[in-house]
Amino acid sequence: MTLAAAHVNTGDTAWLLAATALVLLMTPGLALFYGGMVRTKSVLNMLMMSFVSIALVTVVWLAVGYSLAFGDDIGGGLIGGLEHAGMSGLGPDSVHGSVPTLLFATFQLTFAIITAALISGAVADRTKFSAWLVFVPAWTLLVYVPVTHWVWGPGGWILDKLGALDFAGGLPVEITSGASGLALCLVIGPRLGFKKDAMRPHNLPMVVLGAGLLWFGWFGFNAGSALGANGLAAAAFLNTLAAGCTGLLGWLFVEQRRDGHPTTLGAASGAVAGLVAITPSCGTVSLLGALVVGLAAGVVCSYAVSWKFRLNFDDSLDVVGVHLVGGVIGTLLIGLFAEKAMTGGVEGLFYGGGLAPLGKQLLAVVVVAGYAFAVTYGLGKLIDRAMGLRASEEQEHTGLDLTVHAETAYDHGVLGHGAPVSASVVPTAQKVKSQA
Amino acid sequence: MKLITAIVKPYRLDAVKTALQELGVHGLTVTEASGYGRQRGHTEVYRGAEYQVDLVPKVRIEVVVEDAISEDVIDAIVSAAQTGKIGDGKVWALPVETVARVRTGERGPDAL
Repeated sequence: MTLAAAHVNTGDTAWLLAATALVLLMTPGLALFYGGMVRTKSVLNMLMMSFVSIALVTVVWLAVGYSLAFGDDIGGGLIGGLEHAGMSGLGPDSVHGSVPTLLFATFQLTFAIITAALISGAVADRTKFSAWLVFVPAWTLLVYVPVTHWVWGPGGWILDKLGALDFAGGLPVEITSGASGLALCLVIGPRLGFKKDAMRPHNLPMVVLGAGLLWFGWFGFNAGSALGANGLAAAAFLNTLAAGCTGLLGWLFVEQRRDGHPTTLGAASGAVAGLVAITPSCGTVSLLGALVVGLAAGVVCSYAVSWKFRLNFDDSLDVVGVHLVGGVIGTLLIGLFAEKAMTGGVEGLFYGGGLAPLGKQLLAVVVVAGYAFAVTYGLGKLIDRAMGLRASEEQEHTGLDLTVHAETAYDHGVLGHGAPVSASVVPTAQKVKSQA
Repeated sequence: MKLITAIVKPYRLDAVKTALQELGVHGLTVTEASGYGRQRGHTEVYRGAEYQVDLVPKVRIEVVVEDAISEDVIDAIVSAAQTGKIGDGKVWALPVETVARVRTGERGPDAL
């Protein structure tokens, strides 16, 4: 991918460096967003599922993931080659567009990280940690990497051949994580007490903090996807803000009408739903389009999150209701709101482009969702058979924090405050000192 | 001596403390408690899912007093904690055989 005539643009590179750091921050943000929604007994496990994904996905990405996703197509627009395995052939002088290839690869890596982490919300409170450590790298290679090649890889069949549009990852990020979350929660089964016990979010301020960090990072995600410091990045940035806002308002509007109360969790969820939906469309639709995309996602997702109770699948933190549904809305609405000034060519139905763009978007959505669901379902079954996917009943009852990580998130009550009552603890450092 | 236990609304705790101090009762124990009576619980909504929360937060106040003032203490607690609305709580008394002050070893009413 090193073009002989290409030169690095310092402005573009500076922005993309910052954007990459912003996107990486989204994963700890997601950890807090999810962590606040679970019960106190498994909040650390929830944080860990996201946090450990940073490390796992990075290793696989550098080993082969980047090359398979962005290496030269080896046939049919389905997968890239292994010429850059271990980042071989890439150095400080390699250029992708107007930025260093190593920076482009790192920027894309941060997308792969959060996509894997997103799935954890569907299987909260009950996943065997060792199985998660196997699932994340395998899933990244089997689902994220191929879909990313289809969409953004050189010669990929969705963008380059079919001509569908996805600016910042409605297909590889939102729809794959949502469809995979659905598959994995079906394999693993519902939490003990699903639909019977109250499973209230234990820390809503943490959820709001997480949503805020996600929103902040999303500017890097969406505006960074312009891969340059330019007008398109600015338009994507504004669209991202606009859609988050209408998503938030849309969700609250539904809650006020349906439940009688506008909730904090609803505001955080609505903003995220709007941001999910604008991800594929932020660099392709007009500002009016962005406002509609966000609003549609806020309203529809606020209903979609209750489907799990009716259809009986325990997508614990609504990865399906928010990311799959929001991702589908945003990807499809490109077919209506795509504007030539943004896309450089393609126009949506409302701008005189006819129905063809919508058809292409729909085809891409169906294939990607179907592929992600099927492969994740198979992978989940395979891991379940090989090592067990689910924590033991006792671990789940007691909480994964204590039984898996040997920690508790909070020091509750007077017993054990400061001075332990029934257990005497000698820190290792002190032990060593007293022996010496 | 009597052990008087009162379950009242948490925000009435200060009023009860003041009322007991006026009666010369200078020690009490308070614990956070949960429960329900006729008040039942309340409903919370998270992402459209309604949760019926049965247990309502209360405080449990415990105080040991001499027999002679136990009725006054009960009256004082009742009037201090009363709002007239459902969920105000309960007060009850039990006989106490003996009391010891840990610091000095005193027994009986002297230990109060």
